[in-house]
This record gives sequence, C-alpha cells and structure tokens, in this order.
Amino acid sequence: MLKKDLGLLVLILVVGLVVSILNPRFLSPINLGNTANLIGLFGLFSIGAGIVIITGGIDLSVGSVFALLGVIYIDLLVGWQLPWWLATIVVVLGGVALGCIHGFLITRLRLQPFIVTLCGLLIYRGIARYYTNDGTAGFEYGQSFPTLEWVTTGRTLGVPHSFIMFLVVAAIMALVLHCSVFGRYLFAVGKNEEAARYSGIRTERVVAAAYIISGGLAGLSSIYLAMYTRSISPASHGNFYELYGIAAAVLGGCSLRGGEGSILGIVLGAILLQILQNLVNLLGIPSSLNFAVMGTVILIGVIADQQLTRLRERRARR
Amino acid sequence: MSGSGDPRSGKARLYPVTPPLLELASVSKSYPGVRALDRVSLKVERGEVLALIGENGAGKSTLMKILGGVVEPTEGAIRIEGVEHRSLSVAGAMAAGIAFVHQELNLFDNLDVAANVMIGREPVFAGPLRLIDRAALSAKVMPLLQRLGVDFQADTPVAELSLAQRQLVEIAKALSLDARIVIMDEPTSSLTASETARLLRVIAELKAGGVAVIFISHRLVEVEHCADRVVVLRDGAVVGELAKGEIDHDTMIRMMIGRDLKSLHVPADRPPGVTVLELAGVRTPAHPEHAIDLALRSGEILGMAGLVGAGRTELARVLFGIDRRLAGELSLEGRKLAIATPRDAIDHGIFLVPEDRKRSGLVLEFSVKENVSLANLAAFAVGAIIKSGAERRNADERRTALDIRTASIDTLVGTLSGGNQQKVVLAKWLSMTPKVVIFDEPTRGIDVGSKSEIYKLMRGLADSGVAVLMISSDMEEVIGVSDRILVMREGRIAGFLERPEFSEENVMHLAVGRRDLQAAEAVVC
Repeated sequence: MLKKDLGLLVLILVVGLVVSILNPRFLSPINLGNTANLIGLFGLFSIGAGIVIITGGIDLSVGSVFALLGVIYIDLLVGWQLPWWLATIVVVLGGVALGCIHGFLITRLRLQPFIVTLCGLLIYRGIARYYTNDGTAGFEYGQSFPTLEWVTTGRTLGVPHSFIMFLVVAAIMALVLHCSVFGRYLFAVGKNEEAARYSGIRTERVVAAAYIISGGLAGLSSIYLAMYTRSISPASHGNFYELYGIAAAVLGGCSLRGGEGSILGIVLGAILLQILQNLVNLLGIPSSLNFAVMGTVILIGVIADQQLTRLRERRARR
Repeated sequence: MSGSGDPRSGKARLYPVTPPLLELASVSKSYPGVRALDRVSLKVERGEVLALIGENGAGKSTLMKILGGVVEPTEGAIRIEGVEHRSLSVAGAMAAGIAFVHQELNLFDNLDVAANVMIGREPVFAGPLRLIDRAALSAKVMPLLQRLGVDFQADTPVAELSLAQRQLVEIAKALSLDARIVIMDEPTSSLTASETARLLRVIAELKAGGVAVIFISHRLVEVEHCADRVVVLRDGAVVGELAKGEIDHDTMIRMMIGRDLKSLHVPADRPPGVTVLELAGVRTPAHPEHAIDLALRSGEILGMAGLVGAGRTELARVLFGIDRRLAGELSLEGRKLAIATPRDAIDHGIFLVPEDRKRSGLVLEFSVKENVSLANLAAFAVGAIIKSGAERRNADERRTALDIRTASIDTLVGTLSGGNQQKVVLAKWLSMTPKVVIFDEPTRGIDVGSKSEIYKLMRGLADSGVAVLMISSDMEEVIGVSDRILVMREGRIAGFLERPEFSEENVMHLAVGRRDLQAAEAVVC
C-alpha cells in the first residue's frame, strides 16, 4: 500500500515539475493558495467517498447534498437568522441524517448502494431546486459572518483554512481507518464480508457507519462550498462533485471491489486531481476539456488498479 | 469429436459383437498427494440402469467429472461404442450423448421451460435479427414433455417450478440433445416420496427407450428398486459389482465400508462432565419439520456424522447465530440463551470453525495477526484505538502455542498451507475462552501431519473442559476421534453411538436409513 502512495507522490511531483517548467506561474503564491483551497474543498468529501468505496459500496449523492444543504444553510443564516454555529451544526447533522437513510436502505432493506445513492442524487437536487423556486440563494448585501468566514475561507500565512480543515479531518480519519477497531472492521467487511460476519463483526453496522461518515463529511463540505461560492444556484451547485470524490479515492488506491485504500492515498488523489485541473488552466488547454481530463484520469486509475491486481494474483500463484 | 457428430460411424470396430455403450478401462485420476480414482473399470449397456454407490469421498464425483469432460483422467481410456478416447472435453461428452442431471441444477430461473430446454439451440426465423421462432420452439419441446408426463407447460417460467419439476426439465434437455447416457447425481436427495416415485418412473421410461442411466444415490432403497446393476466404489477403486438378483441393502452397506481404520483415538482424560450446551426442540430453517434435542457435554468430543445434506452444517449455523432458529430453546450451563447473531454466540463462548475456511473462516488478504485478533479486537484496544503491541503479543503467543508455520505474523493468510490456515482460524478462537467449539469438517483439504495436530488440539480443548462438536464426513475421523457419535439423516437425529458400538457399518446404517420401505415398494421401476 505504501508503494502505491509513493508512486502517486512521485507522479504529483513530476506533473508539478513539468507544469512549473512550462508555466512558472504554477508556483506563484496566488496559484498555490488557490489550488490548496480547491484541494481542501474537494478533498473533504473525497475522504467520505473513499471510506464508502472501501466497504465495496459507492456514494453518488454528495453533489446534490451540497445543493440541498447549501440552500438550507443560507436560508438558516439569512431567513431564520440563526447564529452561524447553530446553523453549521444543523447542516452537518443534516448530512449525517442523509447518511443514516442511505445506510438503512442499503443494510436493512438490502438495496444496492448505487441505486440508493443515485436516487438520493436525483431527489436532493429536486428538493433543493423546489426549496428556492429554482432561484439562487445568497447572502444579503453587506451581510457578513466574520468568525465563520475566517474558519471557512480565511487564510493563515497564505494557507487557506479549507486546506487546513482537510488535513485535520484527514489526520483524524487516518487514525480511525488505520489504527482503530472500526477501521479494521471496515477493511475486513470490504475484503470478505462473510468471514467478518463469522468473526462476530456486525457487518451491517459497519457498512451503515461508512455512509454516515460520508454524509457527515458531505454536510461539512456543504458549508465550505457555500461559503466559497457565497451564492448557490441549486440547479448547478455541486453538479458532478461526487465524481471528483470517487475519482480522488480511486486514484488514491481505493479499489471499487472494496477492502483496499488509505487516507494518505485519498489525500494524494485529491491533490493530483486538482493539479490536473490547474494544469488544464495553466497550459492553455480549452477548459471545456476539463471533464475529459477527469474522465481519462478515472479510466486510467481503474485500468491500473485492475492490471496491478492481476499482476499480483499471477505472482501469488507462482 | 468430429463435426460429423456421430461417433458410431467413425473409427474401426474393435469388437466383433456390438460393444458396450460406455466403457471405462482402468481409469485413474491423481491429484498431488491424492489418488482420487484408482484403475476404475466399468461398463454400461444400452437401456441399463447402473447405480453407483459409495461413501462421501469414494470417488463418485471425480468419476462423473471425467465422464462430463470437466476433469482429465491421469491414466486409462474411455470407450464410447468402442471408440476410444484418452479423455473427453465438455463438448465431446455432449456430442457423445452423455448428459447430466446435476445435484445443483443448471437452469436459468428467468427463462421458461422451453427456452431452458433449447438454450443455445433455439430455432430462429431467417433474417439478420435471428428472431426466435416460438412456435417451432414449443413444437420441439412439447413432445419431450409429453414423453416425460410432466405437469407443467412449455411456457411455464422455471422460477415457478419445484426442484423435482426442474429435474424433469433437465431430463427433457438431455433428451432433446439425443442423450444416450443420462447421469443423475443424487437426484432424489431433496424430493418427496411421490416426486421420487415419479422420477423413478421417468427412469424406467428412459430405459425402455434404450437410454442408459447412471444413477448415483445414497438412498439404497431406491437403488434396490430400480438398478439393473450396482457398482460400489471405495477409496477411489471399484470394490465390487452386484447383478440384478444380488442387489440387497445389507450387502451394499457391507461393500461400501470395510476400510482398515487407523486408530486416531486419544482417550479423554476423564469421563464427560456436565452438560454445557443443551438444545431443546431446535428447528433449523433448512429442515423445519424436525425438532432437534441434543446435549453437548464438557470434556467430550461429539462426532457428528451423516451424508452430505443431512442438515449438520445447517444446525451449526443456527447454533452460531448465522441462521435464525425457528423454534426451540438453547441453554448454556443451565441458563437460557438468546443467540441472534454470531456476536452473541462468540460473547457466550460458542465458536465455530466453519466448513469453508477460505470463504467464512478467514480474510485471506489480511495478515495472520489481523485474522487472529479479528473476533475480539476490542480486547487489544484502548478506547477505539488498537494497541499494536498487545495485538502482536497475542498473535505471537498463539503462533507458538499452535505451532503455526509462517514466516511472520505479518504474512498474508492466503499464502499459507491449508493446515496452517486452519490453525489460524483456531488461533482466532483460542484468543478467547471457549465453552463450546463446533468444528465443521475440520481437516478437509489438510495434509496428514496437520490433521493429527488438529486432532490433538481438539482433544486438548475437550480435556480443558470445553464441549467439542465435530461435524465430519470422513469416516476415519468420525470413528477415530470422537468420544460419542451422533448420526444425522435428512434433518433429524438418526441415532447415537457409544464407543463400543463404533463401526463404519453402524454409522452407515444410521446415515442411510431404511427409508419407509412400503412407500418404496409401491414404486414400480
């Protein structure tokens, strides 16, 4: 697993080096700061996506969760005039609640994760648009929340706080995934659910917990994204973001077959994905090709994963 | 087989008279370390029902796989109507007219009967779309169904059919392929008496049509009634043949058993102690019609014998909380016990070493250490965080105690030998305090050396006061290791044997049973 992460780190450094040679602006403090901010924003929910993928599942709903929780968040702050910390707690718990629903449907009603979260994707987007009458939710003129803004969009010594938050969450999740009982169970369930069950692990709870974590992180991301964009058009806000999360996790070595992956890998995957986006901008590649680049990267990630597994199996057979 | 299809027209005739339909000449099959078949020779004539009997592991399934072209024999030849083959391929076996009615049926649930019978050979309309000609399909299938006298239609979805009806669909499929040899593997094991009677009538009908039937069954009463000839296999070799007049229940049992059993028995330190786990009226989902009463005693190895499908694993699954108990009560050391999940069973000290260790016993891609601690990880953790030192120490201790041969406790379990993998499963449970340990086929696929180590471990557990339940299909193991034997048959307890009564014959008599003779007499075959 360490080898995979090392390979990714080398790839990031090589790509960074090539881009900075072709366009020195890559290393400018402004560009690095902006890229770090985006890494933080997209990395937060990529960790959730990765945890779900480790159980062998998938969470397609997060992009729509951002739209729904985003418009609710702004409404709580603007319409309901709730204190910012209370609104924040409500929204994060909202993400947890959506995760609970997904977990319940998947483990108790035994629905397929793809279907459950695909329906979530459609339902939450629809509700978000209905909530604002398809209008844009935004703050009123001159409205400001100094503490909230400092926590979400502020910077310390040029380092965006979203990036710091991402690293803090990553550190906590690394502890959970790689050092805790729950983390071990998560891998066991992803690798061999039956053996996990025969070892007394309550596999359904473990799987549900993964969706709850993903939901909670999506709730947290909703706040960071809402404060970053400051206005939310529910028809487009967060569109396809679930795919960024999945892409980062897959690039970072999470196998869609389950049971494989690391937080370090997901962090590196999120970094690589944003550097690739940055590269599109800096190298003058038409920005319309953005998704094509992302799609290609996911494809290569999956192919590489499959080939490596095959190679490992062949070597094991020998 | 060549494209022209009919092997009869091919090679030179080797016999002056008509050669037998199928002949095996000294066929052997060896796997590394095991001789599954040892110079088996047998003949099947046209319109003959040949019954093949033998204990679990006598070599019946290997023989079937060779006839089906799935497995290649190591030595010997197969002659079909005198044409010699070194081995058959799956397509070759089909072309030669060999068809199977499998124990686990190979039908498509989502298609109807006609589609299943003609799968891969559907009549189509001319044209690029190759649309299926439903009328022609039915026209081909209907006569076959009529011939078998079935009680369903060509357009009945297979999902709506009972197991017995599905078997008939398989037989219809065999007939549609112009099968001349139909091999049935335990066809009656899950049929009711009347369904069995109908199947036996169908066999008679096939026989009348000149089709040869190879009938593998543990149900000796049926064999007695419908076989023209019986071939008995034991340890991969043919030990005898009975002609029509000689086929008799007791003779068959006597021929199936009679191996020289090495004594594996290590006597217990002391007589069995108190009852640890008691089952009263327990019903399993697999056999809800039978209630099971049983007491597992401290210090005793209770061997559980029975044929495959007798409901032994199903009982173990219920005791361990994998399957729901439909009725009845469990009590552990006199206290009532509610077991809904494996966690409950584990927390009460009831452990299961499962039948399929690769699937249910171990996470193969986990290390030895991670597998050993998987069932009681909380014991090696402070709060939610695993204490790596404590976990390693436990794994190291278990490794030494059980003599697990591995380069390191960080080695992936999947790379270990079968015997060492089984020891890792045991190490997982021995990291806790067991009260009842259920072993399901504890030494299947394990080398001789590891086997005796596992027997010693079982004895050690029993001597320390644990109640050991050992499910085994290996007669040598059941007789050699158990202190008492419980024989299951078709979901119920057929009987108990105490050590002085231990013999293969007694176990087989209980396992095979004398199934309602009168019902069988009524069957005209």
